[in-house]
Amino acid sequence: MKITVTLNGKTRTSDVEPRLLLIHYLREEAGLTGPHIGCETSLCGACTVEVDGKAVKSCAMFAVQADGRNVLTIEGLAANGTLHPVQEAFWNEHALQCGFCTPGMIMASKQLLERNPNPTEDEIRHGIDGNLCRCTGYQHIVNAVKAAASKMGA
Amino acid sequence: MATTTITKTEPLVGKRIRRREDPRLITGAATYVDDIKLPGMYHAAILRSPHGAARIAALDISRAAAHPGVVAVFTGKDITGVGPVPCGASLPGLRVPVHTILAQDRVYFVGHPVAVVVASDRYIARDGVDLIDVEWDVLPAVSDPEKAIAGDAPAVHPEWPDNIAFHHHQENGNVDDAFAQAEVVVKQRITSQRLIPTAMETRGVVADFQTGDKALTLYSSTQVPHLLRTLIALMLGLPENKTRVVAPEMGGGFGSKLNVYAEEALMGFVAMKIGKPVKWIESRRENYLTTIHGRGHVDYFEIAAKRDGTILGMKLKLIQDIGAYHQLLTPAIPTLSVLMMPGLYKFQNIRAHVVGAFTNCVPTDAYRGAGRPEATHGIERMVDMLAAEIGMDPVEIRLKNFVANEQFPFSTATGLVYDSGNYAAPLMKALDLVDYQGLRAQQKKAREEGRLMGIGISTYGEICAFGPSPATPAGGWESATVKIDPTGKVTVMTGACPHGQGEETTFAQITADELGIPLDDIHVIRGDTAIVQYGIGTFGSRGTAVGGAALYFALQEVKAKLKRYGAMLLESDDVSYQGGQCVCNKTGRTVSLAEMSGASYRAMKLPPNTSPGMQVTNFWEPPNFTFPFGAHIAVTEIDRETGAVQVKRYFAVDDIGNIINPLIVDGQLHGGVAQGLGQALYEQAVYDENAQLVTGELMDYAVPKATMVPWIESDHTVTPSPVNPLGVKGVGEAGTIGCSPAMVNSVVDALRPLGVKHVDMPMTSEKIWRILNSAQA
Amino acid sequence: MIAQNFDYTAPASLAEALSLLASGEAKPLAGGMSLIPMMKLRLAAPDQVVDLGRIPELNYIRHDGGRVRIGATATHHQVATSTTVRSQCPLLAATAAQIGDVQVRNMGTIGGSVAHADPAADYPAALLALGAEVTVANAGGSRTLSIEDFLVDTFTTALEPGEIITEISVPAGGGSGCHYQKMLQPASGFAIVGIAVQVTASGGVIASARVGVTGLTGKAFRAHGVEAALVGKSAAGIAEAVAGIADGVDANSDIHASAGYRCQMARVHAGRAVAAALAKA
Repeated sequence: MKITVTLNGKTRTSDVEPRLLLIHYLREEAGLTGPHIGCETSLCGACTVEVDGKAVKSCAMFAVQADGRNVLTIEGLAANGTLHPVQEAFWNEHALQCGFCTPGMIMASKQLLERNPNPTEDEIRHGIDGNLCRCTGYQHIVNAVKAAASKMGA
Repeated sequence: MATTTITKTEPLVGKRIRRREDPRLITGAATYVDDIKLPGMYHAAILRSPHGAARIAALDISRAAAHPGVVAVFTGKDITGVGPVPCGASLPGLRVPVHTILAQDRVYFVGHPVAVVVASDRYIARDGVDLIDVEWDVLPAVSDPEKAIAGDAPAVHPEWPDNIAFHHHQENGNVDDAFAQAEVVVKQRITSQRLIPTAMETRGVVADFQTGDKALTLYSSTQVPHLLRTLIALMLGLPENKTRVVAPEMGGGFGSKLNVYAEEALMGFVAMKIGKPVKWIESRRENYLTTIHGRGHVDYFEIAAKRDGTILGMKLKLIQDIGAYHQLLTPAIPTLSVLMMPGLYKFQNIRAHVVGAFTNCVPTDAYRGAGRPEATHGIERMVDMLAAEIGMDPVEIRLKNFVANEQFPFSTATGLVYDSGNYAAPLMKALDLVDYQGLRAQQKKAREEGRLMGIGISTYGEICAFGPSPATPAGGWESATVKIDPTGKVTVMTGACPHGQGEETTFAQITADELGIPLDDIHVIRGDTAIVQYGIGTFGSRGTAVGGAALYFALQEVKAKLKRYGAMLLESDDVSYQGGQCVCNKTGRTVSLAEMSGASYRAMKLPPNTSPGMQVTNFWEPPNFTFPFGAHIAVTEIDRETGAVQVKRYFAVDDIGNIINPLIVDGQLHGGVAQGLGQALYEQAVYDENAQLVTGELMDYAVPKATMVPWIESDHTVTPSPVNPLGVKGVGEAGTIGCSPAMVNSVVDALRPLGVKHVDMPMTSEKIWRILNSAQA
Repeated sequence: MIAQNFDYTAPASLAEALSLLASGEAKPLAGGMSLIPMMKLRLAAPDQVVDLGRIPELNYIRHDGGRVRIGATATHHQVATSTTVRSQCPLLAATAAQIGDVQVRNMGTIGGSVAHADPAADYPAALLALGAEVTVANAGGSRTLSIEDFLVDTFTTALEPGEIITEISVPAGGGSGCHYQKMLQPASGFAIVGIAVQVTASGGVIASARVGVTGLTGKAFRAHGVEAALVGKSAAGIAEAVAGIADGVDANSDIHASAGYRCQMARVHAGRAVAAALAKA
């Protein structure tokens, strides 16, 4: 069926099977391979994108559910050529190693800071507990979110 | 040629420099294997055994083959000329079952690949799998390694009814005497449970066969592209020079991608058969069922000592859960445990006997630490138990038995030569940081209040920088190429295949310092066998300690060559190379790197006995392993009502030799600790009695989340390694190895007032609650 | 990881949705947090899916007629952050805030969760403690059931084919004396046990108590005996009053928690939940 999605600010119309997952639509149809697939039980969060401003796991949503909606992926975060403060902070604080969880982790962190601009360490850890990272032990991610918070609040 | 003042630039080695690989990773621009899309590419999905053991009574692919969009279905009978999946390790008397890339008439573990469906998209391929009809003749299976070798278990491989894959024995000194003289002997059964590595990116392969050239390109998420290329060529019967392996961006490995898997050969086979590119991406369930697991030990330790705490000797009977087959290094992993058995201690009497047990489970193999965490866990637990037995402080017993500083290089009871060490240093620093005496006072008070507070120490040692070639199955050297362009830009090609460890940055730091040029002039390339000279790969904390050393020597050679061109251009014999230029020591005149490099390519004139061009490749053979060490301290408190273990504080003081980039080292350490903590508290691959994997998804296998990992306080001592010119030791596995014994020692310490002497991992709340219940009963 | 194919419709009105569902063949899709993973693992394979996510009349939270009325497709995030819910039934907001993770709370809906009747889901404990009512509708009309009547068994509810939840309501004025205490299954984040408590108290003595329990058994239940035992107790008497919470239950058992451990954790966490609720009352 035909769907029209605003993807990182650009409108895109595609013909998709109802069972096509949003993550596969983004990666295969739209060529946005920033969001990743790390599980099929909606636990790892590597596929996290924003739909209408809300962080969602795009592996637990059909593309047809996104018809008419605004989808923002990691690729759209620095579309104007300037890194988002969360991206910049992840870089500065070494909040990533293999980078596979990173696009989802950044999107979840962004959502966290939008809802809670000055989170405590505990609130940060809870805010990203829908995203698994096997490399960093999360400590530098916590630092990065704190750094981004202070930059965004400045 | 300009005359300039040479300004001394500050060295970059040792600086917290943010990583050069990150811009692509934080913007979603990196290309992982599933991001590769080739024209006309097909997709594969694999039918796998739902049973731990079964005969395939009938297999009918006709419905799948007829399904619209399916272009091919292959089964075991189609691939008899391919394979087998190789075992690279050898031991005397090793039994190696033939590991075909698709099951023949029988399956040996849940997840065993049976057939592959190739279709125009991944959805149709998946549909096709459901259309294959199989009649299974289910057979009894065994999943517990001790039960498997007890004599009355179902045979995993009918040809070896005892389920024994190998025996391995190592002995040094006089163990019987040591135990005869002992004033105290402590015995304990200690398990290191099966773990699932869980790289966030599952495995994946894209195979592209160029029919005109009869050449295969295999994109695979692998830690060892060159080894994979050699072995895949052999498996597929292709000339190696027509086989190219590319390891694109990788989403973690942790040892699980230090291997050669059936699916890698299978996709090569499919691409050659259909003449089109084909992609297979492992699902998480497949990853849990079919990518190697780690650990899987049952260890029986005995330690002999004098009442004053002097350790006299140690015995170990080690039962290694092999799984149904040997993967690349499966049987070698427990032999590393034996090597690491003495830990940091100087006793010379050891006896170890390893039995490899076949089970109807996915094979075990190298997972972060690979054999050393199990050994370190064993020795560090036994030393703590011994201390408790003789009423000695766990710090004191360690200090008493450490190899002394003047004993380095130190020959261990297991035949290793520890390169350098100052074992008391990190321990004393850690004790100081935690205020050990203050903590003990707090603990005393807590106990008076009925609270269960524990202080756990582990002083670990480990083997890094794998390693001297004679000690490694497929070569333990590493390679580096330094290539300077006519314009003076520098490319480094490393044969190691870093995949998140940050060598694109650290190798650039080393290069920048050696050549005296800005980081931005350096590009580090890895992972493509068509571009990069043969290399071994990234595993066993070897990337910098071996690969970095190879780079260092290549840089010295290239500098020497630059200097010869510099001398020619400056028309002087008295020149030196510094700050990215050659300077005439008499006149002060200089030539830049670009001028020297440019001259080498134009080659209008050559220095004496010097070839044109500015490219050097170095293959470096390390003379020894390196041996990092450190002290980790975990402070825990146990909830008496729920059994939950709370980590109040976690300290790590590691000595990994010289540090190239402290920011990256911290990251490695934190991640390592998180994985050690996962083993200590949460993670366990559980197979039931029918050899079904109960923890087959992230819903049931508890990879630590952000809320489950404590804040890690860390510091270092620095004892450079004499093994390599960088003085580095390696940090990839240290955190994992140091963590689990610190955690268990801490929990046992907390439970000591109840008479508890040992707890096996994972120390789940329910397990601790049961211990509390039985202790209080 | 790939669902079987199906037909998809996304009606814009409730009436249209109910007529599409009337045959009983189609599966309603709300937030998809339970259904979609099951479809991907092919544990569910509906031929038709009716997406309720585009029906504005199902997404609301309002205070009316003495009750807080929540449309079926209100997300956990909406419930957790709604000022109406937080002021009128804070227990429900606190419970919603502990479901899954932020992404799940952004998509998952109260109607979808309750209709799925997962024995380890969080909402039922609070809904039982709050005396929730569930309004369900089909093409022929609607009916309202108590949450106790609605939850029939593990993954089984009183929904007839063709029926969906349209609204869940709880009495307003729930009061601050409440707490949701959850012991997490570390991998999935579901409840090993979850205890929702609403109390009223005067001078530190419990005047009334309602206790909902999830995770312990095949379906969530109200601990009537414990509720009665709590009346008249101060903090010191809580442990004894909740001791019977698992008496006679057929407790769940899996690799994450045996039946015996679950029962004991129900006692422990009930005690903690009541103590926390009492402190806020």
